[in-house]
Amino acid sequence: MTDISLSDHAVTGKTAPPAEARSMRLPTQWLGVAPFFIFAIMFLILPTLYLMLGAFQNDAGEFTLENIAALAQPSIVAAYWISIKISLASSLIGAFAGLAIAIAIVRGGLPDWIRSATLTFSGVASNFAGVPLAFAFLATLGRLGLATVILNTVFGLNIYAHGFNILSFWGLTLTYVYFQIPLMVVIIVPAIDGLKKEWGEAAATLGATMSQYWRMVVIPVIWPSFLGTVILLFANAFGAIATAYALTGSSLNIVPILLYAQIRGDVLHNAHLGYAIAFGMIVITGLANVFYIWFRTRSERWLK
Amino acid sequence: MKSGKFWAWLVFALGAAYFFIPLIATVEFSMRMRRGEYSFDAYKVVLGDARFQATFGYSVLAAVFTIILGVLIVVPAAYWIRLRLPQLRPIVEFITLLPLVIPAIVIVFGYIRMYGSNSPLPFLATDTGTNALLVIGYATLALPYMYRAVDTGLRTIDVRTLTEAAQILGAGWGTIITRVILPNVLIAVLSGAFLTFAIVIGEFTMASLLNRPAFGPYLQNIGANRAYEPAALAIIAFAITWGCMSLIQILSRFAPKSANRPN
Repeated sequence: MTDISLSDHAVTGKTAPPAEARSMRLPTQWLGVAPFFIFAIMFLILPTLYLMLGAFQNDAGEFTLENIAALAQPSIVAAYWISIKISLASSLIGAFAGLAIAIAIVRGGLPDWIRSATLTFSGVASNFAGVPLAFAFLATLGRLGLATVILNTVFGLNIYAHGFNILSFWGLTLTYVYFQIPLMVVIIVPAIDGLKKEWGEAAATLGATMSQYWRMVVIPVIWPSFLGTVILLFANAFGAIATAYALTGSSLNIVPILLYAQIRGDVLHNAHLGYAIAFGMIVITGLANVFYIWFRTRSERWLK
Repeated sequence: MKSGKFWAWLVFALGAAYFFIPLIATVEFSMRMRRGEYSFDAYKVVLGDARFQATFGYSVLAAVFTIILGVLIVVPAAYWIRLRLPQLRPIVEFITLLPLVIPAIVIVFGYIRMYGSNSPLPFLATDTGTNALLVIGYATLALPYMYRAVDTGLRTIDVRTLTEAAQILGAGWGTIITRVILPNVLIAVLSGAFLTFAIVIGEFTMASLLNRPAFGPYLQNIGANRAYEPAALAIIAFAITWGCMSLIQILSRFAPKSANRPN
Protein backbone atom coordinates (compact mmCIF):
# COMPACT_ATOMS: atom_id res chain seq x y z
CA MET A 1 0.00 0.00 0.00
CA THR A 2 2.52 2.59 1.09
CA ASP A 3 4.80 1.57 -1.72
CA ILE A 4 2.19 2.31 -4.34
CA SER A 5 1.26 5.69 -2.99
CA LEU A 6 4.90 6.68 -2.67
CA SER A 7 5.74 5.77 -6.23
CA ASP A 8 2.62 7.60 -7.30
CA HIS A 9 3.93 10.64 -5.61
CA ALA A 10 7.27 10.33 -7.36
CA VAL A 11 5.48 10.25 -10.69
CA THR A 12 3.42 13.35 -10.04
CA GLY A 13 6.49 15.08 -8.60
CA LYS A 14 7.95 14.64 -12.08
CA THR A 15 11.56 15.63 -11.54
CA ALA A 16 11.91 13.94 -8.17
CA PRO A 17 14.83 11.55 -8.20
CA PRO A 18 14.26 8.28 -6.32
CA ALA A 19 15.02 7.31 -2.75
CA GLU A 20 16.67 10.09 -0.75
CA ALA A 21 14.92 13.05 -2.36
CA ARG A 22 11.56 11.52 -1.64
CA SER A 23 12.00 11.66 2.09
CA MET A 24 13.56 15.13 1.88
CA ARG A 25 10.94 16.61 -0.39
CA LEU A 26 7.75 16.10 1.48
CA PRO A 27 8.30 18.60 4.31
CA THR A 28 9.71 21.37 2.10
CA GLN A 29 7.01 20.62 -0.43
CA TRP A 30 4.42 21.71 2.14
CA LEU A 31 6.42 24.47 3.77
CA GLY A 32 5.33 27.12 1.25
CA VAL A 33 1.63 26.53 1.74
CA ALA A 34 1.84 25.75 5.47
CA PRO A 35 1.29 29.35 6.69
CA PHE A 36 -1.75 29.67 4.48
CA PHE A 37 -3.33 26.44 5.68
CA ILE A 38 -2.49 27.02 9.34
CA PHE A 39 -4.01 30.48 9.07
CA ALA A 40 -7.12 29.27 7.26
CA ILE A 41 -7.70 26.42 9.69
CA MET A 42 -7.11 28.44 12.83
CA PHE A 43 -8.91 31.63 11.91
CA LEU A 44 -11.48 30.68 9.34
CA ILE A 45 -12.45 27.03 9.52
CA LEU A 46 -12.11 26.15 13.21
CA PRO A 47 -14.00 29.21 14.53
CA THR A 48 -16.84 28.49 12.10
CA LEU A 49 -16.89 24.79 12.99
CA TYR A 50 -16.83 25.71 16.67
CA LEU A 51 -20.03 27.73 16.24
CA MET A 52 -21.66 25.09 14.08
CA LEU A 53 -20.94 22.36 16.62
CA GLY A 54 -22.00 24.68 19.43
CA ALA A 55 -25.36 25.05 17.74
CA PHE A 56 -25.94 21.35 18.44
CA GLN A 57 -24.80 21.34 22.06
CA ASN A 58 -26.33 22.40 25.34
CA ASP A 59 -24.51 24.07 28.22
CA ALA A 60 -23.29 20.72 29.49
CA GLY A 61 -21.77 19.96 26.09
CA GLU A 62 -24.23 17.22 25.21
CA PHE A 63 -25.71 16.80 21.78
CA THR A 64 -29.11 18.46 21.36
CA LEU A 65 -31.42 19.79 18.68
CA GLU A 66 -33.08 22.19 21.10
CA ASN A 67 -31.12 25.23 19.92
CA ILE A 68 -32.10 24.65 16.33
CA ALA A 69 -35.70 24.09 17.40
CA ALA A 70 -35.56 27.32 19.40
CA LEU A 71 -34.91 29.22 16.18
CA ALA A 72 -38.61 28.70 15.48
CA GLN A 73 -39.66 31.30 18.05
CA PRO A 74 -41.54 34.15 16.35
CA SER A 75 -39.03 36.96 16.93
CA ILE A 76 -36.18 34.95 15.39
CA VAL A 77 -38.26 33.70 12.48
CA ALA A 78 -39.34 37.28 11.86
CA ALA A 79 -35.70 38.41 11.86
CA TYR A 80 -34.72 35.75 9.33
CA TRP A 81 -37.75 36.55 7.23
CA ILE A 82 -37.10 40.28 7.01
CA SER A 83 -33.43 39.63 6.32
CA ILE A 84 -34.31 37.28 3.49
CA LYS A 85 -36.87 39.74 2.11
CA ILE A 86 -34.44 42.68 2.15
CA SER A 87 -31.63 40.61 0.65
CA LEU A 88 -33.91 39.23 -2.03
CA ALA A 89 -35.47 42.60 -2.91
CA SER A 90 -32.15 44.45 -2.99
CA SER A 91 -30.42 41.70 -4.98
CA LEU A 92 -33.22 41.48 -7.56
CA ILE A 93 -33.56 45.25 -7.96
CA GLY A 94 -29.79 45.62 -8.00
CA ALA A 95 -29.44 42.82 -10.52
CA PHE A 96 -32.01 44.05 -13.01
CA ALA A 97 -30.94 47.68 -12.74
CA GLY A 98 -27.29 46.63 -12.98
CA LEU A 99 -28.01 44.49 -16.02
CA ALA A 100 -29.88 47.34 -17.71
CA ILE A 101 -27.00 49.72 -17.07
CA ALA A 102 -24.45 47.15 -18.24
CA ILE A 103 -26.35 46.53 -21.48
CA ALA A 104 -26.77 50.27 -22.00
CA ILE A 105 -23.05 51.00 -21.65
CA VAL A 106 -21.81 47.96 -23.60
CA ARG A 107 -24.41 47.62 -26.36
CA GLY A 108 -26.30 50.91 -26.30
CA GLY A 109 -24.00 52.82 -28.62
CA LEU A 110 -23.04 55.30 -25.92
CA PRO A 111 -19.68 57.09 -26.13
CA ASP A 112 -16.68 55.08 -24.89
CA TRP A 113 -15.86 57.39 -22.03
CA ILE A 114 -19.26 56.62 -20.47
CA ARG A 115 -18.40 52.96 -20.35
CA SER A 116 -15.04 53.44 -18.66
CA ALA A 117 -16.39 56.11 -16.31
CA THR A 118 -19.28 53.85 -15.30
CA LEU A 119 -16.96 50.92 -14.67
CA THR A 120 -14.61 53.04 -12.57
CA PHE A 121 -17.47 54.48 -10.59
CA SER A 122 -18.92 51.00 -10.09
CA GLY A 123 -15.62 49.82 -8.64
CA VAL A 124 -15.79 52.64 -6.13
CA ALA A 125 -19.49 52.43 -5.30
CA SER A 126 -19.46 48.66 -4.84
CA ASN A 127 -16.90 49.19 -2.08
CA PHE A 128 -18.66 52.20 -0.61
CA ALA A 129 -20.74 50.36 1.91
CA GLY A 130 -20.97 50.19 5.65
CA VAL A 131 -21.55 53.12 7.98
CA PRO A 132 -20.77 56.01 5.56
CA LEU A 133 -23.35 54.72 3.09
CA ALA A 134 -25.98 54.94 5.78
CA PHE A 135 -24.97 58.56 6.44
CA ALA A 136 -25.28 59.39 2.75
CA PHE A 137 -28.82 58.02 2.60
CA LEU A 138 -29.83 59.75 5.81
CA ALA A 139 -28.66 63.01 4.22
CA THR A 140 -30.69 62.19 1.11
CA LEU A 141 -33.90 60.54 2.21
CA GLY A 142 -33.92 61.17 5.94
CA ARG A 143 -36.56 63.50 7.32
CA LEU A 144 -34.34 66.51 6.57
CA GLY A 145 -32.58 64.96 3.61
CA LEU A 146 -32.14 66.89 0.39
CA ALA A 147 -34.36 64.63 -1.72
CA THR A 148 -37.08 64.59 0.93
CA VAL A 149 -37.05 68.37 1.23
CA ILE A 150 -36.98 69.00 -2.53
CA LEU A 151 -39.79 66.53 -3.16
CA ASN A 152 -41.79 68.28 -0.49
CA THR A 153 -41.16 71.93 -1.40
CA VAL A 154 -40.91 71.68 -5.18
CA PHE A 155 -43.28 68.84 -5.98
CA GLY A 156 -45.48 69.08 -2.90
CA LEU A 157 -44.91 65.41 -2.19
CA ASN A 158 -44.28 64.63 1.44
CA ILE A 159 -42.95 61.09 1.24
CA TYR A 160 -42.94 60.67 5.00
CA ALA A 161 -46.66 61.51 5.10
CA HIS A 162 -47.16 58.77 2.52
CA GLY A 163 -45.62 56.17 4.79
CA PHE A 164 -42.04 56.18 3.54
CA ASN A 165 -39.36 55.91 6.17
CA ILE A 166 -35.63 55.49 5.66
CA LEU A 167 -35.62 53.28 8.75
CA SER A 168 -37.84 50.69 7.15
CA PHE A 169 -37.79 47.76 4.77
CA TRP A 170 -37.86 49.94 1.66
CA GLY A 171 -35.47 52.47 3.09
CA LEU A 172 -32.88 49.79 3.79
CA THR A 173 -33.48 48.05 0.46
CA LEU A 174 -33.03 51.30 -1.44
CA THR A 175 -29.78 51.87 0.46
CA TYR A 176 -28.42 48.36 -0.19
CA VAL A 177 -29.14 48.79 -3.89
CA TYR A 178 -26.43 51.46 -3.88
CA PHE A 179 -23.73 48.81 -3.60
CA GLN A 180 -25.68 46.00 -5.28
CA ILE A 181 -26.08 47.69 -8.68
CA PRO A 182 -22.38 48.52 -9.10
CA LEU A 183 -21.40 44.99 -8.06
CA MET A 184 -23.73 43.61 -10.70
CA VAL A 185 -22.30 45.97 -13.32
CA VAL A 186 -18.71 45.02 -12.47
CA ILE A 187 -19.48 41.29 -12.72
CA ILE A 188 -21.90 41.21 -15.65
CA VAL A 189 -20.11 43.55 -18.08
CA PRO A 190 -17.48 40.89 -18.94
CA ALA A 191 -20.32 38.43 -19.58
CA ILE A 192 -21.99 40.82 -22.01
CA ASP A 193 -18.62 41.52 -23.60
CA GLY A 194 -18.38 37.77 -24.09
CA LEU A 195 -21.36 37.77 -26.45
CA LYS A 196 -19.73 37.20 -29.79
CA LYS A 197 -20.49 39.57 -32.64
CA GLU A 198 -20.77 36.54 -34.95
CA TRP A 199 -23.82 35.34 -33.05
CA GLY A 200 -25.67 38.55 -33.83
CA GLU A 201 -24.59 38.35 -37.46
CA ALA A 202 -25.55 34.68 -37.69
CA ALA A 203 -28.96 35.44 -36.22
CA ALA A 204 -29.44 38.33 -38.65
CA THR A 205 -28.40 36.14 -41.60
CA LEU A 206 -30.99 33.59 -40.56
CA GLY A 207 -33.58 36.34 -40.60
CA ALA A 208 -34.01 36.83 -36.86
CA THR A 209 -35.54 40.07 -35.66
CA MET A 210 -33.88 42.09 -32.90
CA SER A 211 -36.30 40.74 -30.32
CA GLN A 212 -35.76 37.14 -31.46
CA TYR A 213 -32.00 37.63 -31.22
CA TRP A 214 -32.36 38.89 -27.66
CA ARG A 215 -34.90 36.29 -26.62
CA MET A 216 -33.21 33.26 -28.18
CA VAL A 217 -29.50 34.11 -28.07
CA VAL A 218 -28.58 36.86 -25.65
CA ILE A 219 -30.81 35.99 -22.72
CA PRO A 220 -30.05 32.24 -22.66
CA VAL A 221 -26.32 32.95 -22.78
CA ILE A 222 -26.32 35.63 -20.08
CA TRP A 223 -28.92 33.90 -17.90
CA PRO A 224 -26.62 31.61 -15.85
CA SER A 225 -24.10 34.28 -14.97
CA PHE A 226 -26.94 36.65 -14.24
CA LEU A 227 -28.61 34.22 -11.83
CA GLY A 228 -25.24 33.38 -10.30
CA THR A 229 -24.61 37.06 -9.63
CA VAL A 230 -28.08 37.53 -8.14
CA ILE A 231 -27.19 34.87 -5.61
CA LEU A 232 -23.86 36.49 -4.87
CA LEU A 233 -25.67 39.79 -4.28
CA PHE A 234 -28.12 38.01 -2.02
CA ALA A 235 -25.36 36.57 0.17
CA ASN A 236 -23.65 39.95 0.11
CA ALA A 237 -26.74 41.69 1.52
CA PHE A 238 -27.62 38.91 3.93
CA GLY A 239 -24.38 39.12 5.90
CA ALA A 240 -24.15 42.93 5.90
CA ILE A 241 -24.73 44.66 9.19
CA ALA A 242 -22.86 47.98 9.39
CA THR A 243 -25.14 49.92 7.02
CA ALA A 244 -28.32 48.65 8.65
CA TYR A 245 -27.02 49.23 12.15
CA ALA A 246 -25.90 52.78 11.42
CA LEU A 247 -29.14 53.52 9.58
CA THR A 248 -31.72 52.06 11.88
CA GLY A 249 -29.95 51.30 15.16
CA SER A 250 -31.74 48.20 16.30
CA SER A 251 -35.21 49.30 15.22
CA LEU A 252 -35.15 47.03 12.18
CA ASN A 253 -34.61 43.54 13.49
CA ILE A 254 -32.61 41.79 10.76
CA VAL A 255 -30.64 38.63 11.60
CA PRO A 256 -27.14 40.15 11.69
CA ILE A 257 -28.37 42.87 14.06
CA LEU A 258 -30.03 40.27 16.26
CA LEU A 259 -26.79 38.27 16.33
CA TYR A 260 -24.84 41.45 17.06
CA ALA A 261 -27.05 42.20 20.04
CA GLN A 262 -26.75 38.59 21.18
CA ILE A 263 -22.93 38.67 21.03
CA ARG A 264 -22.79 41.98 22.88
CA GLY A 265 -25.21 41.21 25.64
CA ASP A 266 -26.79 37.77 25.36
CA VAL A 267 -30.20 39.34 24.75
CA LEU A 268 -31.68 35.89 24.12
CA HIS A 269 -30.38 34.61 27.47
CA ASN A 270 -29.03 31.46 25.88
CA ALA A 271 -25.47 31.40 24.56
CA HIS A 272 -26.08 28.36 22.39
CA LEU A 273 -29.05 30.00 20.69
CA GLY A 274 -26.54 32.55 19.39
CA TYR A 275 -24.58 29.68 17.85
CA ALA A 276 -27.77 28.40 16.27
CA ILE A 277 -28.48 31.83 14.71
CA ALA A 278 -24.95 31.93 13.32
CA PHE A 279 -25.43 28.38 12.04
CA GLY A 280 -28.63 29.42 10.27
CA MET A 281 -26.81 32.32 8.60
CA ILE A 282 -24.05 30.04 7.38
CA VAL A 283 -26.61 27.56 6.04
CA ILE A 284 -28.40 30.27 4.06
CA THR A 285 -25.31 31.94 2.60
CA GLY A 286 -23.73 28.51 2.07
CA LEU A 287 -26.73 27.26 0.10
CA ALA A 288 -26.71 30.46 -1.90
CA ASN A 289 -23.08 29.87 -2.82
CA VAL A 290 -23.65 26.27 -3.82
CA PHE A 291 -26.15 27.58 -6.36
CA TYR A 292 -23.71 30.30 -7.34
CA ILE A 293 -20.96 27.79 -8.14
CA TRP A 294 -23.43 25.67 -10.07
CA PHE A 295 -24.59 28.58 -12.24
CA ARG A 296 -21.03 29.74 -12.63
CA THR A 297 -19.85 26.45 -14.12
CA ARG A 298 -22.84 26.52 -16.46
CA SER A 299 -22.07 30.05 -17.66
CA GLU A 300 -18.40 29.28 -18.28
CA ARG A 301 -19.38 26.86 -21.01
CA TRP A 302 -20.31 29.80 -23.22
CA LEU A 303 -18.02 32.55 -22.14
CA LYS A 304 -14.57 31.43 -23.13
CA MET B 1 -31.17 51.38 -33.60
CA LYS B 2 -32.20 55.00 -32.92
CA SER B 3 -34.69 53.97 -30.26
CA GLY B 4 -32.08 51.61 -28.78
CA LYS B 5 -29.78 54.55 -28.27
CA PHE B 6 -32.55 56.54 -26.63
CA TRP B 7 -33.19 53.74 -24.13
CA ALA B 8 -29.50 53.41 -23.43
CA TRP B 9 -29.26 57.12 -22.61
CA LEU B 10 -32.40 56.94 -20.49
CA VAL B 11 -31.11 53.99 -18.46
CA PHE B 12 -27.75 55.65 -18.04
CA ALA B 13 -29.36 58.93 -16.94
CA LEU B 14 -31.60 57.21 -14.39
CA GLY B 15 -28.63 55.27 -13.03
CA ALA B 16 -26.51 58.39 -12.85
CA ALA B 17 -29.32 60.19 -11.00
CA TYR B 18 -29.66 57.40 -8.44
CA PHE B 19 -25.91 57.38 -7.80
CA PHE B 20 -25.23 61.09 -7.83
CA ILE B 21 -28.21 62.44 -5.90
CA PRO B 22 -27.11 60.84 -2.61
CA LEU B 23 -23.58 62.16 -3.11
CA ILE B 24 -24.82 65.66 -3.88
CA ALA B 25 -27.27 65.51 -0.99
CA THR B 26 -24.52 64.38 1.37
CA VAL B 27 -22.18 67.16 0.27
CA GLU B 28 -24.98 69.69 0.64
CA PHE B 29 -25.97 68.37 4.05
CA SER B 30 -22.39 68.35 5.28
CA MET B 31 -22.10 72.08 4.51
CA ARG B 32 -25.28 73.14 6.29
CA MET B 33 -23.77 73.31 9.77
CA ARG B 34 -23.67 77.09 9.92
CA ARG B 35 -27.19 78.47 9.84
CA GLY B 36 -28.19 80.24 6.63
CA GLU B 37 -24.99 79.75 4.62
CA TYR B 38 -22.78 76.98 3.32
CA SER B 39 -19.55 76.33 5.15
CA PHE B 40 -16.98 73.68 5.77
CA ASP B 41 -17.54 73.84 9.53
CA ALA B 42 -18.55 70.19 9.79
CA TYR B 43 -15.29 69.14 8.15
CA LYS B 44 -13.31 71.41 10.46
CA VAL B 45 -15.04 69.94 13.49
CA VAL B 46 -14.48 66.39 12.29
CA LEU B 47 -10.86 66.79 11.25
CA GLY B 48 -10.08 68.66 14.46
CA ASP B 49 -11.66 66.00 16.64
CA ALA B 50 -8.97 64.18 18.61
CA ARG B 51 -10.98 60.95 18.50
CA PHE B 52 -11.17 61.18 14.70
CA GLN B 53 -7.40 61.43 14.49
CA ALA B 54 -6.87 58.62 17.00
CA THR B 55 -9.36 56.16 15.50
CA PHE B 56 -8.36 56.96 11.94
CA GLY B 57 -4.71 56.44 12.83
CA TYR B 58 -5.58 53.18 14.53
CA SER B 59 -7.44 51.91 11.47
CA VAL B 60 -4.66 52.96 9.09
CA LEU B 61 -2.21 51.03 11.25
CA ALA B 62 -4.54 48.02 11.35
CA ALA B 63 -4.84 48.18 7.55
CA VAL B 64 -1.06 48.28 7.13
CA PHE B 65 -0.60 45.24 9.38
CA THR B 66 -3.45 43.47 7.59
CA ILE B 67 -1.76 44.04 4.25
CA ILE B 68 1.58 42.75 5.56
CA LEU B 69 -0.05 39.68 7.08
CA GLY B 70 -2.07 39.06 3.91
CA VAL B 71 1.04 39.27 1.72
CA LEU B 72 3.00 36.95 4.02
CA ILE B 73 0.27 34.33 3.88
CA VAL B 74 -0.90 34.64 0.29
CA VAL B 75 2.24 35.23 -1.77
CA PRO B 76 4.20 32.09 -0.72
CA ALA B 77 1.08 29.94 -0.98
CA ALA B 78 0.03 31.23 -4.42
CA TYR B 79 3.61 30.95 -5.67
CA TRP B 80 4.13 27.47 -4.33
CA ILE B 81 0.85 26.26 -5.79
CA ARG B 82 1.80 27.54 -9.22
CA LEU B 83 5.24 25.99 -8.96
CA ARG B 84 4.85 22.67 -7.21
CA LEU B 85 1.37 21.87 -5.94
CA PRO B 86 -1.15 22.65 -8.67
CA GLN B 87 -3.32 19.82 -7.35
CA LEU B 88 -4.05 21.99 -4.27
CA ARG B 89 -5.41 24.87 -6.35
CA PRO B 90 -9.11 23.94 -6.11
CA ILE B 91 -8.88 23.53 -2.33
CA VAL B 92 -7.07 26.83 -1.87
CA GLU B 93 -9.49 28.65 -4.17
CA PHE B 94 -12.38 27.22 -2.21
CA ILE B 95 -10.87 28.37 1.08
CA THR B 96 -10.21 31.87 -0.25
CA LEU B 97 -13.87 32.13 -1.23
CA LEU B 98 -15.09 31.14 2.23
CA PRO B 99 -14.95 34.68 3.66
CA LEU B 100 -17.54 35.64 1.04
CA VAL B 101 -19.78 32.83 2.28
CA ILE B 102 -19.31 33.17 6.01
CA PRO B 103 -20.47 36.61 7.16
CA ALA B 104 -17.87 38.66 9.03
CA ILE B 105 -20.08 38.76 12.10
CA VAL B 106 -20.04 34.96 12.27
CA ILE B 107 -16.26 34.79 11.92
CA VAL B 108 -15.71 37.29 14.71
CA PHE B 109 -18.30 35.53 16.87
CA GLY B 110 -16.24 32.37 16.44
CA TYR B 111 -13.09 34.23 17.51
CA ILE B 112 -14.75 35.60 20.61
CA ARG B 113 -15.81 32.12 21.68
CA MET B 114 -12.63 30.31 20.69
CA TYR B 115 -9.92 32.71 21.74
CA GLY B 116 -11.44 34.12 24.95
CA SER B 117 -9.39 34.62 28.12
CA ASN B 118 -10.05 31.07 29.37
CA SER B 119 -9.13 29.32 26.14
CA PRO B 120 -5.78 27.63 25.36
CA LEU B 121 -4.96 30.52 23.01
CA PRO B 122 -6.20 33.56 24.96
CA PHE B 123 -5.89 36.25 22.30
CA LEU B 124 -8.62 38.28 23.97
CA ALA B 125 -6.90 38.34 27.36
CA THR B 126 -4.58 41.19 26.39
CA ASP B 127 -4.88 44.37 24.36
CA THR B 128 -2.08 43.37 22.04
CA GLY B 129 -3.69 39.98 21.50
CA THR B 130 -7.04 41.58 20.67
CA ASN B 131 -5.37 43.97 18.23
CA ALA B 132 -3.66 40.99 16.63
CA LEU B 133 -6.97 39.17 16.40
CA LEU B 134 -8.55 42.18 14.68
CA VAL B 135 -5.74 42.25 12.12
CA ILE B 136 -6.16 38.50 11.63
CA GLY B 137 -9.89 38.94 11.14
CA TYR B 138 -9.30 41.70 8.59
CA ALA B 139 -6.82 39.45 6.80
CA THR B 140 -9.53 36.80 6.42
CA LEU B 141 -11.93 39.43 5.02
CA ALA B 142 -9.28 40.53 2.53
CA LEU B 143 -8.24 36.97 1.64
CA PRO B 144 -10.48 36.55 -1.45
CA TYR B 145 -9.26 39.82 -2.99
CA MET B 146 -5.62 39.42 -2.01
CA TYR B 147 -5.40 35.86 -3.32
CA ARG B 148 -7.02 36.66 -6.67
CA ALA B 149 -4.89 39.76 -7.16
CA VAL B 150 -1.68 37.85 -6.46
CA ASP B 151 -2.73 34.81 -8.47
CA THR B 152 -3.59 37.00 -11.47
CA GLY B 153 -0.21 38.67 -11.12
CA LEU B 154 1.59 35.33 -11.03
CA ARG B 155 -0.25 34.20 -14.14
CA THR B 156 1.44 36.94 -16.17
CA ILE B 157 4.99 35.83 -15.32
CA ASP B 158 6.78 32.56 -15.97
CA VAL B 159 7.16 31.38 -12.40
CA ARG B 160 8.98 28.16 -13.23
CA THR B 161 11.66 29.66 -15.46
CA LEU B 162 12.31 32.55 -13.11
CA THR B 163 12.65 30.15 -10.19
CA GLU B 164 14.98 27.80 -12.02
CA ALA B 165 17.11 30.68 -13.26
CA ALA B 166 17.41 31.99 -9.71
CA GLN B 167 18.23 28.52 -8.39
CA ILE B 168 20.98 28.06 -10.97
CA LEU B 169 22.47 31.33 -9.80
CA GLY B 170 22.49 29.91 -6.30
CA ALA B 171 19.55 31.72 -4.72
CA GLY B 172 17.76 30.21 -1.73
CA TRP B 173 13.98 30.17 -1.31
CA GLY B 174 13.93 33.36 0.76
CA THR B 175 15.89 35.21 -1.90
CA ILE B 176 13.72 33.81 -4.69
CA ILE B 177 10.51 34.97 -3.09
CA THR B 178 11.62 38.36 -1.84
CA ARG B 179 13.95 39.36 -4.68
CA VAL B 180 12.59 37.59 -7.74
CA ILE B 181 8.91 36.76 -7.35
CA LEU B 182 7.70 39.63 -5.17
CA PRO B 183 9.11 42.44 -7.35
CA ASN B 184 7.46 40.80 -10.36
CA VAL B 185 4.03 40.66 -8.78
CA LEU B 186 4.47 43.90 -6.85
CA ILE B 187 1.81 45.73 -8.84
CA ALA B 188 -0.69 42.92 -8.31
CA VAL B 189 0.15 42.87 -4.60
CA LEU B 190 -0.32 46.64 -4.42
CA SER B 191 -3.75 46.43 -6.09
CA GLY B 192 -4.72 43.83 -3.50
CA ALA B 193 -3.27 46.07 -0.82
CA PHE B 194 -5.29 49.14 -1.78
CA LEU B 195 -8.47 47.11 -2.02
CA THR B 196 -7.71 45.70 1.42
CA PHE B 197 -7.17 49.24 2.68
CA ALA B 198 -10.54 50.35 1.29
CA ILE B 199 -12.29 47.42 2.96
CA VAL B 200 -10.54 47.68 6.30
CA ILE B 201 -10.46 51.42 6.93
CA GLY B 202 -14.13 51.85 7.83
CA GLU B 203 -14.90 48.28 8.90
CA PHE B 204 -17.42 48.26 11.69
CA THR B 205 -18.53 44.76 12.71
CA MET B 206 -15.28 43.15 13.78
CA ALA B 207 -13.78 46.26 15.34
CA SER B 208 -16.94 46.94 17.29
CA LEU B 209 -17.40 43.39 18.59
CA LEU B 210 -13.73 43.19 19.59
CA ASN B 211 -14.07 46.60 21.28
CA ARG B 212 -11.25 48.20 19.34
CA PRO B 213 -10.97 52.00 19.05
CA ALA B 214 -11.16 51.83 15.26
CA PHE B 215 -12.59 54.24 12.68
CA GLY B 216 -15.71 52.18 11.94
CA PRO B 217 -17.14 52.21 15.48
CA TYR B 218 -16.20 55.91 15.72
CA LEU B 219 -18.23 56.62 12.58
CA GLN B 220 -21.19 54.75 14.02
CA ASN B 221 -20.90 56.64 17.29
CA ILE B 222 -20.83 60.02 15.54
CA GLY B 223 -23.79 58.96 13.41
CA ALA B 224 -25.84 58.23 16.50
CA ASN B 225 -25.02 61.50 18.23
CA ARG B 226 -24.42 64.28 15.70
CA ALA B 227 -26.27 65.86 12.81
CA TYR B 228 -23.87 67.31 10.21
CA GLU B 229 -20.59 65.61 11.00
CA PRO B 230 -21.76 62.19 9.72
CA ALA B 231 -22.36 63.66 6.26
CA ALA B 232 -18.87 65.14 6.25
CA LEU B 233 -17.45 61.79 7.35
CA ALA B 234 -19.36 60.01 4.58
CA ILE B 235 -17.77 62.32 2.02
CA ILE B 236 -14.33 61.74 3.53
CA ALA B 237 -14.90 57.96 3.44
CA PHE B 238 -16.10 58.15 -0.16
CA ALA B 239 -12.99 60.11 -1.08
CA ILE B 240 -10.78 57.47 0.55
CA THR B 241 -12.52 54.64 -1.34
CA TRP B 242 -12.24 56.66 -4.53
CA GLY B 243 -8.55 57.25 -3.89
CA CYS B 244 -7.85 53.55 -3.35
CA MET B 245 -9.71 52.54 -6.50
CA SER B 246 -7.97 55.22 -8.59
CA LEU B 247 -4.60 54.02 -7.36
CA ILE B 248 -5.52 50.47 -8.40
CA GLN B 249 -6.50 51.74 -11.85
CA ILE B 250 -3.32 53.74 -12.23
CA LEU B 251 -1.26 50.75 -11.09
CA SER B 252 -2.97 48.40 -13.51
CA ARG B 253 -1.55 50.46 -16.36
CA PHE B 254 1.92 49.48 -15.25
CA ALA B 255 1.07 45.81 -14.93
CA PRO B 256 2.26 43.37 -17.63
CA LYS B 257 -1.22 42.37 -18.73
CA SER B 258 -3.96 42.99 -16.28
CA ALA B 259 -3.35 42.83 -12.59
CA ASN B 260 -6.59 44.59 -11.93
CA ARG B 261 -9.19 43.49 -9.42
CA PRO B 262 -10.47 40.21 -10.83
CA ASN B 263 -14.17 39.55 -10.85
